[in-house]
Amino acid sequence: MTKTELATTTPQKEMLTIRPPKGWISLNLRDLWLYRELITFLTWRDILILYKQTLLGASWAVINPIVNMLVLEFIFGNLAQMDTGGIPGPIFRYTALLPWMLFSKALSSSGRSMLTNRGLITKIYFPRLVIPLSSVLSGVVDFGISFLVMIGMMIYYKVTLTWAILVMPLLVVMTLIVALGVGLWLSALNVLYRDVGYILPMMTQLWLFLSPVGYSSASIPENLQLLYALNPMTGVIEAFRWAMLGDATATLGLQVVISAVVALIVLVSGLYFFRRMERTFADMI
Amino acid sequence: MTIAVHVENLGKRYKIGTAPQSRGNYNTLRDTIANTFSRQKRLEAKKPDNIIWAVKDISFDVEQGQVLGIIGHNGAGKSTLLKLLSRVVEPTEGMMQLRGRVGSLLEVGTGFHPELTGRENLYLNGAILGMHRAEIDRKFDEIVAFSEVEKFIDTPVKRYSSGMYLRLAFAVAAHLEPEILVVDEVLAVGDAEFQRKCIGKMNDVAEAGRTVLFVSHNMSAVLRLTDESIVLEKGKMIMRAPSAEAVDYYLSAGHARAGEKIWDEADIPVTAAPFSPRAIRIVDNRGNVVETIRSTEEFTLEFEYQLDQPITGLRIGIYLYSARGEPVFTSFDTDDPKMFNTHTERKAGQYISRCVIPPDMLNTGRYTLGVNASSYRIRRYFAEERTLEFNVDPAGAPGMHWSEPRIGTIRPRLDWKIEKVD
Repeated sequence: MTKTELATTTPQKEMLTIRPPKGWISLNLRDLWLYRELITFLTWRDILILYKQTLLGASWAVINPIVNMLVLEFIFGNLAQMDTGGIPGPIFRYTALLPWMLFSKALSSSGRSMLTNRGLITKIYFPRLVIPLSSVLSGVVDFGISFLVMIGMMIYYKVTLTWAILVMPLLVVMTLIVALGVGLWLSALNVLYRDVGYILPMMTQLWLFLSPVGYSSASIPENLQLLYALNPMTGVIEAFRWAMLGDATATLGLQVVISAVVALIVLVSGLYFFRRMERTFADMI
Repeated sequence: MTIAVHVENLGKRYKIGTAPQSRGNYNTLRDTIANTFSRQKRLEAKKPDNIIWAVKDISFDVEQGQVLGIIGHNGAGKSTLLKLLSRVVEPTEGMMQLRGRVGSLLEVGTGFHPELTGRENLYLNGAILGMHRAEIDRKFDEIVAFSEVEKFIDTPVKRYSSGMYLRLAFAVAAHLEPEILVVDEVLAVGDAEFQRKCIGKMNDVAEAGRTVLFVSHNMSAVLRLTDESIVLEKGKMIMRAPSAEAVDYYLSAGHARAGEKIWDEADIPVTAAPFSPRAIRIVDNRGNVVETIRSTEEFTLEFEYQLDQPITGLRIGIYLYSARGEPVFTSFDTDDPKMFNTHTERKAGQYISRCVIPPDMLNTGRYTLGVNASSYRIRRYFAEERTLEFNVDPAGAPGMHWSEPRIGTIRPRLDWKIEKVD
């Protein structure tokens, strides 16, 4: 937002010019690049403090998805008897939970990130984007740990790997993009309205049931499929299942394309909204 | 000479009511989103009665290697100016140019996480302050040595004593080596040793040809450390002059309208009746209401109040606290038995209780005044713990020829004799 420009070759240090932001401002991603080390450090901090002073430490990253899987298995498998396309229920749901939990953790930590880091924001300059960005990234560690269980389950259920698994890292990135996009909106709003703190858990809860985590998107009626795909997590989760288990729904290609477009729209609008609100952060927080 | 800081017509406007307690122009989430994207609504929000200029029309240049003092009373805009210079907030108008990295001793310990070890915090804090990893690696040993916490470097900082914590935090900040260093009131926090380190660091920085912007209420520190100062008043820069002149102007009468508190009817608790406070003020020996007094001059505390009914045994008390909240003294207007006997009952009407604080009593620093109106063992009518704050400036105080901070709340001028005994 602040227009920063560097005067042409001064002998010693460059002169940094700061003017009031005018109109629609650039995203100033260059500044973000200059501060890339800070992103690393803040991510690293969030990872380090994640399981400090907990009894079970990093095993929470395993317990959490397993408990979630059991709950979904009970609701959608035992009670609702949803069709999983022949895939055993536990691995069908655990696979979906991997990107889902990465998403929900990244979303809730980035949504709150501006408040948890208010001490930094009111005292020091750095591109504020660093904060939601690093809080999204720190979720990857949990994902890695939960993934180990996935490997165990794949061996147990004798899943044969396909080349599709190579797409998996891309899907992780896409998950993070969706989380960052929504997180940017929420974190900027959270500076003004603490309501966001209450909306977040409710929103993730609802979102979980609107995503094909406990069930397959094939269970959604034909005429709602397009609407359903507008949820960017639909494409991500279905593609993730395909990458890991080789099971593709009929509409997978379309779902992924729609999800990707929605994800990009959310990200870009989130970036602009965040940058737009950024100038008031230190005054309002 | 090279210009290190160039500030031109800089202004920062705040909307009144953007503070969390009142939502001001934004009533709902929906309005906010709409206003953000609608130019017309945005302009409407800028109606003159809703805005306040924290600083306006500030222009100055600082040469590389210069130490510039920034002085002004509370609310004059010093903090806002520093926030602008350190880029925490963005200007509303004008422009500024900065050559090189801006560091600030204000940020000591910012971003420290209690669960992380000293080593982890050192890296994290360094990165937050803008150091690169390689730079921190290179300076690591030096920083740890400076902080004197070698043995505990792998202990979480939540187990540190506050002294260790502060030393480590300061060590990181001190090794940032910014081209422009901003120092704000650090001299008000920390112990004497820490203050000495801060001053020493500032001198080093200035001698190394870096630029220092020094904001302080401590006029003797300003005089000692800076050659030139700017004076801010109500957000405007009203003077730039050699520090001696600027300090004199700042301390002189008429420019310190703070130093007084007047109670509105609405502020007075109903339980105080029939007593109602009117005003309390600090008056210097020239009869001006001031916020900063010289320790070498006497000054008067005045408390104005009204009684709607006669009160028996009323006593007006003042409580003086240091900046750290330690009590300095308590005194009542009927402490003197003679006064006590002649003022057994005060009739309804307006009163002023005043007392004179003798010269050479208080040490440099900031003090808080509390008031109390009570009848002993009968009733407390009114009490307010933090009513008024004021500063004591030590210019001319005993021992000022040594530039070290002096420990203690009082700074008496004692009658020393030196006798040769053999």
